[in-house]
Amino acid sequence: MACKIIFDRPESMTETITHYCPGCTHGVIHRLVAEILDELGLRERAVGVAPVGCSVLAYNYFNCDFLEAAHGRAPAFATGLKRTRPDLIIFTYQGDGDLASIGIAEIIHAANRGEKFTTIFVNNAIYGMTGGQMAPTTLPGQVTTTSPFGRDVANVGYPMRMRELLSALRTPAYIARVAVHTPRHIIEAKKAVRKAFTYQNEGRCFSMVEFLSTCPTNWGMTPVEATQWVQDNMVPYFPLGELKTPEEEQDAD
Amino acid sequence: MAKVLLKGCEAIGEAAVRAGALRYFAYPITPQSEVAEYLVRRMPEVGGVFLQAESEVAASNMIFGAASTGERVFTTSSSPGISLMSEALSYIAAAELPCVFVNVVRNGPGLGGILPSQGDYLQATRGGGHGDYKLLVLAPSTVQETVEHIMLAFELADQYRNPIMVMADGLIGQMMEPVDFSAAPKPNPPDKSSWATTGAKGRKPHLIKTLFLSPQLGEEHNRKLAAKYDKMRANEVRYEAYNLDEPRKVVMVAFGTTARVCKTAVDALKKEGIEIGLFRPITLFPYPYKPLRDIAERNEMRHLLVVEMNMGQMIEDVRLATSDRKPITFYGRQGGIVPSPEEVVEEIRKLL
Amino acid sequence: MQIEVKFAGFGGQGIMSAGKFLAEAGLEEGKEVVWIPSYGPEMRGGTAYCTVVVSEQPIGSPIINNPTHLVVMNRPSLEKFAPTIQPNGIIIINSSLIPITSERTDVTEILIPCNQIAIELNNTRGANMVALGAYVACSKVVSLEVLEKIIRQEFAKKPKFIEGNVAALKRGAEVASQEMEKAK
Repeated sequence: MACKIIFDRPESMTETITHYCPGCTHGVIHRLVAEILDELGLRERAVGVAPVGCSVLAYNYFNCDFLEAAHGRAPAFATGLKRTRPDLIIFTYQGDGDLASIGIAEIIHAANRGEKFTTIFVNNAIYGMTGGQMAPTTLPGQVTTTSPFGRDVANVGYPMRMRELLSALRTPAYIARVAVHTPRHIIEAKKAVRKAFTYQNEGRCFSMVEFLSTCPTNWGMTPVEATQWVQDNMVPYFPLGELKTPEEEQDAD
Repeated sequence: MAKVLLKGCEAIGEAAVRAGALRYFAYPITPQSEVAEYLVRRMPEVGGVFLQAESEVAASNMIFGAASTGERVFTTSSSPGISLMSEALSYIAAAELPCVFVNVVRNGPGLGGILPSQGDYLQATRGGGHGDYKLLVLAPSTVQETVEHIMLAFELADQYRNPIMVMADGLIGQMMEPVDFSAAPKPNPPDKSSWATTGAKGRKPHLIKTLFLSPQLGEEHNRKLAAKYDKMRANEVRYEAYNLDEPRKVVMVAFGTTARVCKTAVDALKKEGIEIGLFRPITLFPYPYKPLRDIAERNEMRHLLVVEMNMGQMIEDVRLATSDRKPITFYGRQGGIVPSPEEVVEEIRKLL
Repeated sequence: MQIEVKFAGFGGQGIMSAGKFLAEAGLEEGKEVVWIPSYGPEMRGGTAYCTVVVSEQPIGSPIINNPTHLVVMNRPSLEKFAPTIQPNGIIIINSSLIPITSERTDVTEILIPCNQIAIELNNTRGANMVALGAYVACSKVVSLEVLEKIIRQEFAKKPKFIEGNVAALKRGAEVASQEMEKAK
């Protein structure tokens, strides 16, 4: 009986084993992006921009051209790339510290200019690489090494909802929030990634897909506990779904 | 082509366009915003890209991204803006990408003022950003020379895969002088397909990065960069020796606009029968240490006068060049004040 | 021979463009020229000045503390810069707005009612061209014909301003020549 391959590594991924911790969902998110690059036939034109953070080494896992930006500057970097070579498919891959803290000016302005690249925003509510410090998206009361008594919103404000913040901009864009803690969520997430890259490929608009992700290591949880924590704590504060599509925006005008 | 009267800033923009640099990302700052105002109209005529970034931080990182495609790219700014761009300069140097940064220097520190200065000499030649990197720094003294340096900068950037800085000042940026583009060399960019990130079609992916977690690889990378800087030191030293065909008792050392002022002082004293020399470094890195040492070591050479629009920065390189074997006097103005030839003549008289 | 002239007045009086036209004319005549502005907040309504150097030789220092010539359009500029002019120099004073003189005896001082002449020519914004014409007539640093050609070129995209400005230039030159005669 002939065997049929029903599951394989996407061509857009390398064979390198990732350095991510057990239970971290970076790997799942990498794979979704790689699958979409394959399925839309974009790999040979794709250039990824890595952030500073755990995913700085993303370039080891993607089988396409890749660069490493300075901390937070990936959207500016991608702007320079895309404006210079509009024929390329550019994506930034950024964590919450990179995008929502040090690089917030760059992401807001890139989105507002309608730069035609795609941002994959991985929000795990904590700084992973530097060892578990508070992020702009750390939840109220959440314990981190720099909020050891829990995030005190009276002192440092509330977590920033980047999907909502960027959706307030008038410039047409595709902006969605997804999660990958269950198979059902992964399927939904992939649809959003497909849309984001499709819009870019059509030269239509800026696109950002925000992923709710896990950090079992710095959250001090097992992988299973971490996925449950996403459902119980992150999803209520960071609602899932599309908040802005280019079609809606055109209708609104 | 006939000479055209151009403001320094406009000449910078036009020179870059003629060098084939059709990607410009920048943020307005006095006294060089006219570069952007010029290019926003010029770039569409030549199919280029102009983008006003949200900050110098963003502009310089756009340059970083754009340079990775292998296209000729550049930005311009002035002192406080260059401080913000120093992060990207360190990264771009580490990533070995060719591009050109122009600093139309204004007076500092802090917000300082908008008038001319040479207060960024040490920032340009010693770093500014973090880590072991070097910029090749060109210091023009006229608008025409600025044009020539901009064009040369793109060639050098490609040749060395390194950011090149053209360090002008507010006076050069704002004044108008006749410019002749007819002698401009044709842009000659090399093939960059071996490293540019332009999509991995039919080849292995290219990776441009600056992170080296392994100490061995990190050191190896630094050695590679250092070897490149040594090559610049060996091949790219540029300077002008003015009225130095014979040994002089007093030799001035000055660069950029200040050197121009000093030239007038040399000429004025010549009319009185007093012969003074002027040594003008054109590359600030690599600094012309050896030629300056040779001049300083002539027996007849009694005194060096370093003139700068700062409180004493290049004088450190003059001391390195001469090992303090001859006395060095410093004359500097700051706050946007350009020394006048009369002031410089007075300083020389004190040494005679 | 090197001529250095400072044009000074209020921001908005066309000081910078008067200087620029002179520099263009010098270049057209094959001379070395530099135009150096004062820049920044000064340009926004305060005193503005620019210096133009015209020379047969390559120009050294663009910093000129003691210019050979001065064209002043307002009183603060006269008070500030008249003492800096080299002996035997020329000072053109816009007497429409400046009720005093430099009180220097070692320079040629010519009073031209620039604004009044401009108004008579129905070109209220042309006072700078009147002053420029007057200055060139006195100094002969460039020829009036070349300057006229430059003005025609500079305003090529705004043709309705050409004749008015050329007229202002010529009238300024005429009045200045008469004043020079009187001074002799």
